[in-house]
Amino acid sequence: MKIGIPKEIEDGELRVAMTPVVAERVKQLGFDLVIESGAGEAASYSDDAYIAAGVEVTSDTKALWHDSDILIKVRPPIEHPELGFYGIELLGKDQMLISTLYPAQNSAKLNELAARGTNAVALDAVPRISRAQKMDVLSSMANIAGYRAVVEAAQHFGRFFTGQITAAGKVPPAKVLVIGAGVAGLAAIGAAKSMGAIVRAFDTRPEVKEQVESMDAEFLVLNFKDEDGSGEGGYAKTMSPEFIAAEMALFAEQAKDVDIIITTALIPGKPAPELITEQMVRSMKPGSVIVDLAAETGGNCKLTQANEVVHKHGVTMIGYTNLPSRMAAQSSQLFATNIYHLLTELCPNKDGQIDLNMEDEVIRGATVVKQGNITWPPPAPRLSAAPKSDVSEPLPEAKAAKKEEKKPSAFGFLIPVFIVGVLLMGIGSVAPAEFMGHLTVFVLSCFVGYMVVWGVSHSLHTPLMSVTNAISSIIVVGALTQISNDSSVVAILAALAIFITSINIVGGFAVTHRMLKMFRK
Amino acid sequence: MNFGVMTAAYIGASALFIMALGGLSHQESARRGNIYGILGMGLAMAVTIIGAVTDNYGLLLVGLVPGGVIGYVLAKRVEMTSMPELVAILHSLVGLAAVFVGFANALGHGVYESVVAQRIHDVETSLGIFIGAVTFTGSLVAYLKLSGKVSGNPLQLPGRHLINLAIVFVSLYLIVEFAAVGAANGMVYLTIITVLALLFGAHLVVAIGGADMPVVVSMLNSYSGWAAAAMGFMLGNDLLIVVGALVGSSGAILSYIMCRAMNRKFLNVILGGIGSKKKKASPAAGAAVEEQGEIVEVQSEEAAHMLESAKEVMIIPGYGMAVAQAQHTVFEITKKLREKGVNVRFGIHPVAGRMPGHMNVLLAEAKVPYDIVYEMDEINEDFPKIDVSVVIGANDIVNPAANEVEDSPIAGMPVLEPWKGKHTIVLKRGMSRGYAGVENPLFFKDNTRMLFGDAKQTVDALLKHLAAD
Repeated sequence: MKIGIPKEIEDGELRVAMTPVVAERVKQLGFDLVIESGAGEAASYSDDAYIAAGVEVTSDTKALWHDSDILIKVRPPIEHPELGFYGIELLGKDQMLISTLYPAQNSAKLNELAARGTNAVALDAVPRISRAQKMDVLSSMANIAGYRAVVEAAQHFGRFFTGQITAAGKVPPAKVLVIGAGVAGLAAIGAAKSMGAIVRAFDTRPEVKEQVESMDAEFLVLNFKDEDGSGEGGYAKTMSPEFIAAEMALFAEQAKDVDIIITTALIPGKPAPELITEQMVRSMKPGSVIVDLAAETGGNCKLTQANEVVHKHGVTMIGYTNLPSRMAAQSSQLFATNIYHLLTELCPNKDGQIDLNMEDEVIRGATVVKQGNITWPPPAPRLSAAPKSDVSEPLPEAKAAKKEEKKPSAFGFLIPVFIVGVLLMGIGSVAPAEFMGHLTVFVLSCFVGYMVVWGVSHSLHTPLMSVTNAISSIIVVGALTQISNDSSVVAILAALAIFITSINIVGGFAVTHRMLKMFRK
Repeated sequence: MNFGVMTAAYIGASALFIMALGGLSHQESARRGNIYGILGMGLAMAVTIIGAVTDNYGLLLVGLVPGGVIGYVLAKRVEMTSMPELVAILHSLVGLAAVFVGFANALGHGVYESVVAQRIHDVETSLGIFIGAVTFTGSLVAYLKLSGKVSGNPLQLPGRHLINLAIVFVSLYLIVEFAAVGAANGMVYLTIITVLALLFGAHLVVAIGGADMPVVVSMLNSYSGWAAAAMGFMLGNDLLIVVGALVGSSGAILSYIMCRAMNRKFLNVILGGIGSKKKKASPAAGAAVEEQGEIVEVQSEEAAHMLESAKEVMIIPGYGMAVAQAQHTVFEITKKLREKGVNVRFGIHPVAGRMPGHMNVLLAEAKVPYDIVYEMDEINEDFPKIDVSVVIGANDIVNPAANEVEDSPIAGMPVLEPWKGKHTIVLKRGMSRGYAGVENPLFFKDNTRMLFGDAKQTVDALLKHLAAD
């Protein structure tokens, strides 16, 4: 099948849906590619590079739309400023549009696509589950936006991010507050952190605390009764008025302290919540910067304006909505890779044929129009809870294997026990009763010793040895019983033994005492 | 004092000894355990002196008092780093005492009830002397090796297994002969047995390398117990039997734990294991490891910076720290880092050092609180969370070849796994191999940094850099 890639025509849109590198891989799936001349220009991908990658380059835009089996775009189709058409009306049955479509806002476009019988896959509708991450353009673009937000902030911020001690004096590190720790927020945290700033982050979803802390940033906590801001599919939801009041108090307090605020708070399908009031902006230090990633849907800061840089109250407010486009080469590359992954799902046989398998959760979620029917919204996604049974299942098997291993050793253990038993009985049949009594004591003591010593913690092995050493000098008792012997040789031997053992007894106990005194909590 | 009262007192002493060992199993009760031991020993000695000593009090004092003083002075003076030597030399004394008591008993024994009783008694005597003599020379050699007075390398005579076997069989034969003729006529036999046992003990330990010393020391600990038990049989004294058995099994368990920590068979260690294996270590394995590539060196300043910027630090001490006496500085570093909010912990391999629990004692001496000192099993799973592991003078116990290279001589030995963390800093004198003679691939891993130099100087430098800012 033939894939067509038109040039993006929206204002400020510099990305392209396919890069030469990825195009080569897409060709291996069995597809042919056609690209509109100059489509990659803004993202530093020349027509020649595409030709070198085996992509056909055409300047006939209309034919491209009309003849391609699959059209892949970054932005939803809009009216072409020069050619006077906007794409969808050129599409027909058996054609397919892959693009961001924002189906919630663009129902008119969906209706038109359905009427024309064109299939449509909305890249922004890919479900947010682990398996689909590799084709999730929202994530990869948010990542870039977060990174770029920090770069933009750095550009408008008149100081270092990192603290430095230089010959010309000490520079304190910049303090950055990131509101909303989603993909973009985390990317911003990472970028700011690696530039050396002190980073704080806030999010209404308590479960991201760990992620924030894993990035080495401080997670700000509200003095507020627990309220979980986690909505469906990993997004945040609207919070109660009390919560918002507490939240605003926190921001007001932070605004006075921090140098840079990056807001990324979005609630799907609703205007962005207003988090930074004019009062807060006024309280910020002169030269501070606010980057509002939610500018497109109204902005988290009252004073930001979409696609503008505003200076007010000594604070710079950046409301760019095309942050990914500002790193067009990078974002095109990631976007195209997302597309490639999506195509591998759509074309499982690598034969260049598309199979819209509606049983597949990811494809089902992303497909918004199929064979004239609008299939959006999809049924609620299954939650991405990890299938725990998979983990626990192999365990019984492992246990069984272990048991099997143990069985023969239990038998092996019995044989020496049996031999020892027979030997003991043999001895018992001839030995005097007194000896057997001692033997009983001996064997029982061995077991007692075994039971008592087995639990000794490793750290006490040395004291244990010095104590047992002192204790084993109980031999002194044997020497004591003999020192009163009439034979002077015996008495002297006994005295020697007493001498030696008393070194040992006193030395052993004393050194143990010394060691144990050192162990402390 | 009649026999019944003495026996009762001995029962009390036995109970106190058992409580002493029981008390030593936990930090909280360990000191109480030691006191129980002292009480038990005091009780046993007092009762015996009152009840059994009837003459030669002067001789008794001459033995008791100087011995006690010497012991006390030794205990006060010994450096904590030389604990293994002290323990070894004390073991040898127990063995020697057993030999003396055995001879005294053989010389001074009266009339037997029956021939069987005489034979059993003589077997007990000679066995006790044999074990005592082995303990004596074995511990002596261990002491010499540990204190560096003789080389720690295994000295392996050709045909040493045959020599050992021959000694054992000849001794057994002589024991039988000795029992047959009786103590009065058999002193020659007894003397030969003693000499053979002395040789046997020395030969046994000479063949064992320095890294296996934890096993040897705990094995000798066990032997000293068995010698006491044999004395108990000989004297018909249940207290000695009980205590001997307690100590014997305690030492045996320690040896077992040490062997398991090295994934070695007890016999294999005792018969001078790893030294002989070294030559067999396949060249393929060696080559595979040596190809691992380049080491990355750091200077102490950068290493200090790595430690400062970490959140989780694990310090893995080894024998090298003991040799360099670096434990105090290590703790200073620990304190500095903890003040800065770095979570510093210690990971101890069971056979780190030259004696079971050696590292714990050293760290305790340096006042490291024992609740940040962890055993291998407790912390090995934590390594992925560790930002920086610091290996100080350890080698084989952190050698990934134990897990990764199948025919490595130390394959299967449980090791600490610092390479699973983000970074490892290895403090080392040079690129020499550990006692097992195996190349350590850890040094070549991407996330490993080598910090060369004497451990003491290096940690001093680290501390200086940490203190500087």
